[in-house]
Amino acid sequence: MGIEPLEVLLRDHPFFRDLDESDIQFIAGCGRNVVFEPGAYLFREGEEADQLFILRHGRVALEIMVPGRGPVVIDTPEEGEVIGFSWLFAPYRWRFDGRTLEKVRAVALDGVCLRGKCEDDPKLGYELMKRFASILVRRLQSARLRVIDMYRP
Amino acid sequence: MVSRSRVVIDRGGLQALIAALRSAGYRVIGPTLRAGAIVPGEVAAIDDLPAGWTDEQQGGQYRLRRRDDDALFGYAAGPQSWKQFLFPPRSLLWRASRIDHGEVATEAGGPVDALAFLGVKSCELAAIRVQDRVFAGDGVADPGYRARREKVLIVAVTCGSPGGTCFCASMGTGPAVGPGFDLALTELIDGNRHEFSLDVGTDRGEEIIGSIPSRPIEPEDEAAAHRVVEGATASMGRTLEVGGIKELLYRNYRHPRWDDVAGRCLACGNCTLVCPTCFCHAVEDASDLAGQTAERWRSWDSCFSLDFARVGTGRVRTSTRSRYRQWLTHKLATWIDQFGTSGCVGCGRCITWCPVGIDITEEVRSIRRTEEA
Amino acid sequence: MTVPAELPEALLSEPMVPRQYRVVSRRRETHDVVTLGLEPLHGPGSPVRPGQFNMIYAFGIGEVPVSASGDPAAAGPIVHSIRAAGLVTRALCDSHPGTVVGLRGPFGTDWGVDTAVGHDLVIVGGGIGLAPLRPVIYSVLANRERYGRVSVLIGARSPADLLYTSELQSWRSRFDVDVRVTVDVAGGTWRGPVGIVTELIPRALFDPASAIAFVCGPEIMIRFAARSLVDHGLDPANIRVSLERNMKCAIGLCGHCQLGSEFVCRDGPVFTYARVGRLLAIQEV
Repeated sequence: MGIEPLEVLLRDHPFFRDLDESDIQFIAGCGRNVVFEPGAYLFREGEEADQLFILRHGRVALEIMVPGRGPVVIDTPEEGEVIGFSWLFAPYRWRFDGRTLEKVRAVALDGVCLRGKCEDDPKLGYELMKRFASILVRRLQSARLRVIDMYRP
Repeated sequence: MVSRSRVVIDRGGLQALIAALRSAGYRVIGPTLRAGAIVPGEVAAIDDLPAGWTDEQQGGQYRLRRRDDDALFGYAAGPQSWKQFLFPPRSLLWRASRIDHGEVATEAGGPVDALAFLGVKSCELAAIRVQDRVFAGDGVADPGYRARREKVLIVAVTCGSPGGTCFCASMGTGPAVGPGFDLALTELIDGNRHEFSLDVGTDRGEEIIGSIPSRPIEPEDEAAAHRVVEGATASMGRTLEVGGIKELLYRNYRHPRWDDVAGRCLACGNCTLVCPTCFCHAVEDASDLAGQTAERWRSWDSCFSLDFARVGTGRVRTSTRSRYRQWLTHKLATWIDQFGTSGCVGCGRCITWCPVGIDITEEVRSIRRTEEA
Repeated sequence: MTVPAELPEALLSEPMVPRQYRVVSRRRETHDVVTLGLEPLHGPGSPVRPGQFNMIYAFGIGEVPVSASGDPAAAGPIVHSIRAAGLVTRALCDSHPGTVVGLRGPFGTDWGVDTAVGHDLVIVGGGIGLAPLRPVIYSVLANRERYGRVSVLIGARSPADLLYTSELQSWRSRFDVDVRVTVDVAGGTWRGPVGIVTELIPRALFDPASAIAFVCGPEIMIRFAARSLVDHGLDPANIRVSLERNMKCAIGLCGHCQLGSEFVCRDGPVFTYARVGRLLAIQEV
């Protein structure tokens, strides 16, 4: 089985839809292919946050360990989505655990590299920020709707 | 008014009418003076009627005043309407007792009296028509209302003395009497005479007046009756512009006027109690301590009560603003979509009996005025 | 579709008197939801169409509206899933086979499953809202060839709050229906999606131009789900929602269930979003 170049993998992913070819190549320079077995951790709460994961296959549980309750899953990004935003802003530390629920294939983009590229090319930086913002807004709305606990009797 | 025949009777004729009703088995309910107001009560003779009394009404104000004549029906509307007889404030729907094997035997509510309503003003007759559509209209009928309604004989009265809060002319419900009466009177009183034109509306009405002394109606009497209506129409205390009112209120659910009235409204529910068309009611189930007998009761309820509307275990209308809006919008707008007529008959009771004098005509006027601006 | 129900003769003459029904089966679904099977003591039962409801009476305590949640094609007991949320529902949830309860109905408009023939279907149920939708799912799966693509999107607060889990499994195991389940929050053993039910809509497959949606759940969920469906191209007239209000009479007389000019007991509980969408968006109406 041939290993596809990163640019192709990124171009196929919904997050990068309609992005310039040159930009994708630029970003691919920050990335590497990663594979996780079921139950593996992509990242853990408190650790240094330095990667954005472009999920190509499989589902990841975003969870937080609550003493007395065990791990509480609050979100489950899956293929076609992305996970990990704590690398965007200081203090660059993961807030939650990211644990795979099944075999996961992803492209891991290095945070420092990505931040550097955004600083160097503000136009690309703005384009990426728009895409991040769109995802974050949707997730924020979902989280807010869950805060109201609408199934409460 | 749709009438089969017209005659004129005098006070003696009216007395004979009351007697005829009683001997035909009706309990006669008519206007009586009680506790400083004119309210429906049992009537045996014309002496029981509030001769020579009228009412002065304004927002939050009601008092009786002596007239300078002895008119028997010379007032507008008291705090109680005929609603309490057709749709009683509290009634037993059924009673059930446990028998064997968990089974239950049920008996329905009690027997129904034959009532004759004497002195139903045009607005009140309109209100009965409105409630007929609610309780015995196209939807599921209420058997209790039907049973009571069938046994009621209505003697309507043209309103000759509208009050300070009246606006039946605006609502098209008076002062001339509309359909639905068995008999209808117009009081003709001046320095020279005290008589009543009497219209017959039904066979039942025809039968009752068979033995009553009367004389044929003359053109002069017709003219006098006409003048009563004209005079009353010209002395309405309030007006309400009804053109496009449904759409107006549907457009203005977020109008700031609702906040304004909410600052005054106490959500006391008086308006819903005195209104002759309000029909919202509670259904309460109860049992004895041993759990052997259960009863289901129906009682008047008000949309102003905090717990009136619920979804899940939460209240829908917690603010006074939303509850006042619900009442007014229902009365003047959504009622039309539900039942084909307005829910308001222009009797003005809600204005008179509101402790802070909120005026339904003024609230609508204010919303309309801001729209046109 | 939203034609008011024709009531049985007995109900027309004595609309407020319940008939006696015996509990013949009881099944606990979750910590606060119980499903009861009811059979009339005397005479035949009145069939309930999907979407309609009965008023169920606990002797001496009170009555509540409960939607039908059984298989409309099955003969036998009337099935109702009840959530214990107050005095009456707690009493009903505590009842066991043999208990006699009262029942009036059926009332209200139905989901109009027959009028959805030939269309793609999107069924969205949140929490206890799945109960009134189950008869739709039964109906559709029993006549699967009559419909286009069928998506069933289910949300609940947590995995422990999911209803009808064994049936969920059997629906999911079919190849001709797309069943997706999400929960608001989960523990470590849940491997499915976590998020609100509206997040399942973008991934469901349907032709927006002609798809018909059936939505039931907490009113806020209905609002967001309907809006999301409209954003995805559905005609509001093709989005059917089942609403809830407290009811005392169920015959359009007591006034409690009013939403604007609609009596939820008589003009609903099933409405098109085109008809009630505006009302749902006005605060405290």
